[in-house]
Amino acid sequence: MNPSTLPLILLLPLVGAIAIALAGRWPNVRETISLLTAVTLAVLVFSWFPEVSEGLRPRFVLSEPLPGLSLAFSLEPLGMMFACIASFLWIINTIYSIGYMRGNNEKNQTRFYICFALAIAAAMGIALADNLFTLFLFYELLTLSTYPLVAHKGDAKTIASARVYLGVLLGTSIGLLLPAIIWTWVATGTTTFTLGGIVEGHIAGAAVGLLLGLFVFGIGKAAVMPVHRWLPAAMVAPTPVSALLHAVAVVKAGVFSITKIIIYIFGVDFLFNEPSAQWLQFAAAFTIITASIIALYQTNLKRMLAYSTIGQLSYVIMATVILKPMAEVGAAIHIAAHAFGKITLFFAAGAIYTAAHKTELWQLAGIGRRMPITMAAFTIGALSMIGVPPTAGFVSKWFILGGAFQAENYFAIFTIIASTVLNAMYFLPIIYFAWLAPPAPGVDMNHGEAPKAILLALAVTSTLTIVFFFFNQPLLDLESQLVESLPL
Amino acid sequence: MNLADHLPALQVIVPLMTAPLVILLRNGFLAWLGALLASLASFGLAILLTVAVLGAGVPEYAMGGWQPPFGISLNVDGLSALMLLLVTGASTLGLAGGRLSLRRDIDNRRAPMFYGAWLIALAGLCGIAVAGDAFNVFVFMEISSLATYILIAAGRDRRALSAVFKYLIIGTIGATFYLIGVGFIYMMTGTLNFADMALRLGDVIETRPIIIAAGFITIGLALKAAVFPLHIWLPRAYTYAPNAVTVFIAACSTKVAIYVLLRFNYGVFHGNLLAHSDLFTVFIIPLALSGILLASAIAIYQGNIKKMLAFSSVAQIGYIALAAGLATHAGLMAAQLHMFNHALAKGTLFLCVLAFVLTTGSASFSNLAGIGRRMPWTMAAFVIAGLSLVGVPGTAGFVSKWYLIVAVMGMPGWGVPLVMAIILSSLLAVVYLWRFVELAYYGQPPDGDVSRMEVPLPLRTLIWSAALANIYFGLVPQLPLALAESGTTTLLGGLLP
Repeated sequence: MNPSTLPLILLLPLVGAIAIALAGRWPNVRETISLLTAVTLAVLVFSWFPEVSEGLRPRFVLSEPLPGLSLAFSLEPLGMMFACIASFLWIINTIYSIGYMRGNNEKNQTRFYICFALAIAAAMGIALADNLFTLFLFYELLTLSTYPLVAHKGDAKTIASARVYLGVLLGTSIGLLLPAIIWTWVATGTTTFTLGGIVEGHIAGAAVGLLLGLFVFGIGKAAVMPVHRWLPAAMVAPTPVSALLHAVAVVKAGVFSITKIIIYIFGVDFLFNEPSAQWLQFAAAFTIITASIIALYQTNLKRMLAYSTIGQLSYVIMATVILKPMAEVGAAIHIAAHAFGKITLFFAAGAIYTAAHKTELWQLAGIGRRMPITMAAFTIGALSMIGVPPTAGFVSKWFILGGAFQAENYFAIFTIIASTVLNAMYFLPIIYFAWLAPPAPGVDMNHGEAPKAILLALAVTSTLTIVFFFFNQPLLDLESQLVESLPL
Repeated sequence: MNLADHLPALQVIVPLMTAPLVILLRNGFLAWLGALLASLASFGLAILLTVAVLGAGVPEYAMGGWQPPFGISLNVDGLSALMLLLVTGASTLGLAGGRLSLRRDIDNRRAPMFYGAWLIALAGLCGIAVAGDAFNVFVFMEISSLATYILIAAGRDRRALSAVFKYLIIGTIGATFYLIGVGFIYMMTGTLNFADMALRLGDVIETRPIIIAAGFITIGLALKAAVFPLHIWLPRAYTYAPNAVTVFIAACSTKVAIYVLLRFNYGVFHGNLLAHSDLFTVFIIPLALSGILLASAIAIYQGNIKKMLAFSSVAQIGYIALAAGLATHAGLMAAQLHMFNHALAKGTLFLCVLAFVLTTGSASFSNLAGIGRRMPWTMAAFVIAGLSLVGVPGTAGFVSKWYLIVAVMGMPGWGVPLVMAIILSSLLAVVYLWRFVELAYYGQPPDGDVSRMEVPLPLRTLIWSAALANIYFGLVPQLPLALAESGTTTLLGGLLP
């Protein structure tokens, strides 16, 4: 296909946003447009898949505002995968949103759908970014377009949380990411993502570790501690937002950016031989373990899932900084695997809220008998988080562990095993109580399943979580291209 | 000579000659229309001049055929063209967008006088940008200043009178300092023409009167430009002026003073006084830095949107002064770009404020709570311009901030702390803007009324054109870049790398 059609991928959700705004008065039309945009976008994105897996790298320069800084788009394996996941899950999430927003009689639904489409456009921009400048532009756009979604409810508590959200994300990106980009540009004269990295030969020694730090903490969306505070804060958003954005698009944009920067800006080989960059795996390990321990103590379902997400995100970073081919593939796969599992969990949380208005863990005892479909999906999602076969989580964990063994990195192996145990410790009791325990006294159990649209979405994502275990070859082939130049 | 050769003179003459005609009109609407047409014509002339500068260049224009250095000469280079675009553009924006607002602020009886003063201010500001000698710059500076005092004081808010008195005193001190400096130079060189002065200063180099002159001129212009801490006249003047006047003066009046500062310090002193650049750098950068940080911090605590934006202007002037003070090619580029981009962003922001005040009647935060839901179009434009002010990529503000940071990184030794200061102040800008944005979207309107009440479509179109210009010049910054490049070349005359 002609590379000059690449910007269409961004344009489509933007046009969708405008159409949604114009159709705001008629909810049925508005939601049909929303769904149509999502489907068209996914078809458009997937139509690029064969080309990219054949090894082509379509590239298109839209404009060049400043010499050496261009607004350019390209598709490579990592971005292709991210775009596919985000655009595909947007369809399911739209179906879910319709059920959820109507089921809960939320206000300002038009604004919700507009901002959602804008956020997806920004996520596509991040996926397609050909250089750091383009990435930064859409990164900021994603923060700004999701702010109204987080602040959706509009009461004082929500606004305060949204302020934390915006403050942390904008603060880190302007305060750390932008200097990192400028530094890269001044040192190397380019910001284009190049396989093998661009930093080598320009920056050396401790400065590499410092630059890596600026990038990692500047990309606050990846929620490496201590810049994770925005994620639990963002849980005040309506559940579809938490599900697609704060389990998939936004947080994945963060780890995706870091992975992309490590592979295409630093270069895997260069970083492997640079002692000053080793700190990152300790930071990631710290985040994994600490987030899991905090998750153990949560009593609110969505907050627990948020901390679980923080831990899982650092898996990706950990896998990336093992800096061995298998682990890089594992990192990429984990972005996809975690997306399916976590969106299922959030969908389930939203279903429980819509049907039963329950948000706390202790209220969930015995709920499996009232909402069997929801809890079955929840169970599958939780097993995927732990990494139990046959779920998606197992596939990625297999590759990450394989990479860790390649590198003989026992620290990473230990961290992953410890965190698996912790994950099991906070997910299994919920599953047990939900299915087998009697309801807690005083909890209203007179409710059934959530609306059909919600159930449909749940069923699709939980099925995918399992299907991914058996059917993942195309994605594996695609992501192997990331490391084909490296010795296995 | 055909008419096209007279463009530099017409740039001043058109508004200057229309002013008395407008006063004779005796009707508010007609006077407004006349002023708008004159302003539009000036804008057109500025565009023609810009095209000419970027093409073959504009030859020096000798008034009445009297050759310089004895006659009055008018010079238009890239920097002048940039200023002319800003001044005439801001004036047109203020007039076109300000009809409803001015009809409310200005007595119909006094309106013709007001619009006459507006045109005189415009003529003065244009005159500064084209004048080729130091004394005519002073004359035009006085013309524009006196007219601006009238404009600021013309509103219904009586606090404007005390504000304008402060401005008058400080502005006069600034102009006097400038005149003293010019007098010293005239005493030593016998010329007032910039180009001639630059040549003849070589003979009297490092003499005490010249050094004193440089000091007087720099400080006098810094006063006029509101470089921190000489800014004390600015916040109140911007706040209590009629809203349309604020759009006009906030976008260009301080920048004109910086323009003269650049002309003198680089065009005249830089090549002649050996230590001058270092002195200038050491003088201006600490002031600029404190302005950038302190004024941004003060802006956070304001409860009036106009005052908040005024303090933001002080901080932004700090950026321009910082870039200018670096005394490098990249720095001068950044300074000129930021003049252009900041004028664009601030003009748009004040135009939005004008629209807010038009519908709600006051610029205080408490009164504007929830305005984002009542005026979604205007507020969205405000957010876009605000992002440009912060310097978010994809907007005009990013281009100049990028240049500024690259210029600062080129300074050996203190590049990193300066970058950190710039970034810190950008974050402060996020804070003060977001305070308002959050209030506008999620605050409760004072009377609980959340019905729609947008401004009329023409004004909304104008606001949105201005907002979209912020994005356009963020993605296609070639025009200001070319002008700044040309301006830098003439200013430095190939002196610096």
